[in-house]
Amino acid sequence: MELTTIWFLLVAVLFTGYFILEGFDFGVGMLLPVLGRDDKERRVMINTIGPVWDGNEVWLITAGGAMFAAFPEWYATLFSGFYLPLLLILLALIARGVAFEYRHKRPEASWKRRWDKAIFFGSLVPAILWGVAFANILRGVPLDADHEYVGGLLNLLNPYALLGGATTAALFATHGAVFVALKTVGDIRGRAAALAVRLGIAAAVLAVAFLSWTLTIRSSTAAVVLAVAAALALLGGLAAALVRREGWAFTGTATAIGLAVATLFAALFPNVLPSTLDPAGTLTATNAASTPYTLTIMTWVAVFFTPIVLAYQGWTYWVFRKRIGVTHIPQH
Amino acid sequence: MTGWGSQVDALDVARWQFGVTTVYHFLFVPLTIGLSVLVAILQTLWHRTGDEKYLKLTKFYGKLFLINFAMGVVTGIVQEFQFGMNWSDYSRFVGDIFGAPLAIEALVAFFLESTFIGLWIFGWDRLPKRLHLASIWAAAIGTNLSAYFILAANSFMQNPVGYRYNPDTGRAELTDFVAVLTNKVALITFPHTIAGAFLVAGSLLVAVALWHLIRNRDSADTPAYRFAARFGAWVTLASATLVVITGDIQGKIMTQVQPMKMAAAEGLYTTESPASFSVLTIGSLDGSRELFALKIPYLLSYLGTGDPNGTVQGINDLQALYSAQYGAGSYTPIIPVTYWSFRLMIGFGLAAAAIALLVLWTQRKGRTVPNSKWLLRAGLAMPILPLLANSFGWIFTEMGRQPWIVFGEMLTRDGVSRSVSLTEVLTSFTAFTLIYAVLAVIEVKLLIRYAKAGVPEVTPAPEPDDTDDAERPLAFAY
Repeated sequence: MELTTIWFLLVAVLFTGYFILEGFDFGVGMLLPVLGRDDKERRVMINTIGPVWDGNEVWLITAGGAMFAAFPEWYATLFSGFYLPLLLILLALIARGVAFEYRHKRPEASWKRRWDKAIFFGSLVPAILWGVAFANILRGVPLDADHEYVGGLLNLLNPYALLGGATTAALFATHGAVFVALKTVGDIRGRAAALAVRLGIAAAVLAVAFLSWTLTIRSSTAAVVLAVAAALALLGGLAAALVRREGWAFTGTATAIGLAVATLFAALFPNVLPSTLDPAGTLTATNAASTPYTLTIMTWVAVFFTPIVLAYQGWTYWVFRKRIGVTHIPQH
Repeated sequence: MTGWGSQVDALDVARWQFGVTTVYHFLFVPLTIGLSVLVAILQTLWHRTGDEKYLKLTKFYGKLFLINFAMGVVTGIVQEFQFGMNWSDYSRFVGDIFGAPLAIEALVAFFLESTFIGLWIFGWDRLPKRLHLASIWAAAIGTNLSAYFILAANSFMQNPVGYRYNPDTGRAELTDFVAVLTNKVALITFPHTIAGAFLVAGSLLVAVALWHLIRNRDSADTPAYRFAARFGAWVTLASATLVVITGDIQGKIMTQVQPMKMAAAEGLYTTESPASFSVLTIGSLDGSRELFALKIPYLLSYLGTGDPNGTVQGINDLQALYSAQYGAGSYTPIIPVTYWSFRLMIGFGLAAAAIALLVLWTQRKGRTVPNSKWLLRAGLAMPILPLLANSFGWIFTEMGRQPWIVFGEMLTRDGVSRSVSLTEVLTSFTAFTLIYAVLAVIEVKLLIRYAKAGVPEVTPAPEPDDTDDAERPLAFAY
């Protein structure tokens, strides 16, 4: 296999991992005001993701770094072209990350309320904007022959991309609700499972519409198969949530998100950022790539370290596998 | 360059944004680097001796560490995104070389750091004690490793090695990755930066402990604070020594690879052999000539070359040389900025070390810390001084490289994103500055609140046992 193809796959894997993992973090954050009826329940929710959210976010940093190292042109064009959406994502991630760490540091209700807002918007905004961004990557953006983005902000806010944003937000919210049902005990567990089913139906409708639209824009056999599998996984997950089999429900939503992201990358390949303006501006896995020497080194680094990272990160999930509930909450 | 007239403003704002966000990010990084290790040492001491005071100190400074850590993490993501967002032509030009250390940093170091910090925060009384201790060490190692990779990337900008320029693609291409990782600038900048980080962390230990020693004179935790103050002071002194030694070597390497930066540090306009070190030079406002100077003969020659009679090249001669080599234009950094940042870096760093010495002196042979207002003030100033030294060090090394973004290869103005408008970059600069300012106020208030609260009461928990914890909840940390 070509080195550039391997790295296309690796970047795809990193973003897939990122959306599966931080997807439920975002979902938990978005549902904080909905499922968390009082401070204790909100603390339970935040603590379900407490030990892992930071490690989950590193998937994004690694995906960004891998893009920079393996496809500098893609990284440069995308990040400068999608300037304002990425700015909003950064501001949201800043507010949210600090909120997790600072919320419990003072007892005042007003202090906690403010950080709860930061967690809610800090989760909602990226959950929508990642969908908008990836839809635009699929759809293509106006690039000149130098691969420079020449569209404005409004160019990114087209109906297809907005549908993409609604889809990721709904999927992540469902995923988060399932995760809360999986990780908690008591009243909140039942409410989370019920909400997961309702949200999941909306997410399924949106996802089917979005993936179908995607496949009319660009497609491949693999993409079609993956899209169908994604839809089936989501339905399976919802069925499991309905009968309160939370482990299977979570497996279902995680698989659905993974397959949906894989669909996008499969449809995109071999392009990485198609141009809607000058065909010469289209970035592909080949013309955006680093030299074979750099890719070879990076491949060895990835081959050696990725299994180690997966092992200890997986172990963390095992260590914190137990459910938590409001009865476990200390007084302060 | 085409479009220069319309681009210059966006360029200036992009530079200010990079400066502000980077200096801000690096207010949190030194504490994360240094304090992660110091907290790990405190916990190790508790593990080894079973002395409760070490456990108290571990939890106490661990809390301060985490308040600071959160800020370092979230401001760090901005740094990685910013290369692509604001410096896309730079990213295109060096991506083949520069991206690799960043990606490796994330994969090898950030995962380690963030995963094990999570285990450490939530693993108190839950993980077996040895494993919990290993978690803070793993996080500390991850943090320090990350510094190496990012400094290797930065060192390429100061002294590009292990690459060739490909005229077909117009890009710099990696030819020798080992050379990039063993760049002599990286090898010396790493210990210098790490020592600078420990200077901050040691100073924080002293400042907080000293405050409690002076303000709560009858506290039952006095032995714990005494230990922290002395330990912190020794760390400060040791790291100050290392900062000076590595800084001296750095100066000699800088004289070889970036002679303009050395000349700019000194405001040395004409080549001298031997060259004297300027203790204080007042230049004309535009920085082109000196009005008053206090100098130590031979010292600059020695600092720059290791030989008291060595030749140190001057700004005017280097400017003429570079104009001939790279074409007409200014290759001189802003001299007042480099000159003063260099001195402030050294001055603030040494001041912290002097206070550390004073703190040790006041506690010599078991003496009680005197109830002195001045000692208290000096102690509270301690962590701020090396933080400023760190900031000025970075301002010096980055401003001293100007007008280059990659020395000798790419000018800063050629690296900026062409597709990002002035409005966009003004928006982001304003947004980052505002959110950073608000968070700085919140962070400092929290740090003070938790520092004042003092060491916590601890109830030593039994070694966690996997058989009896079916009913035990996860540790609640948030």
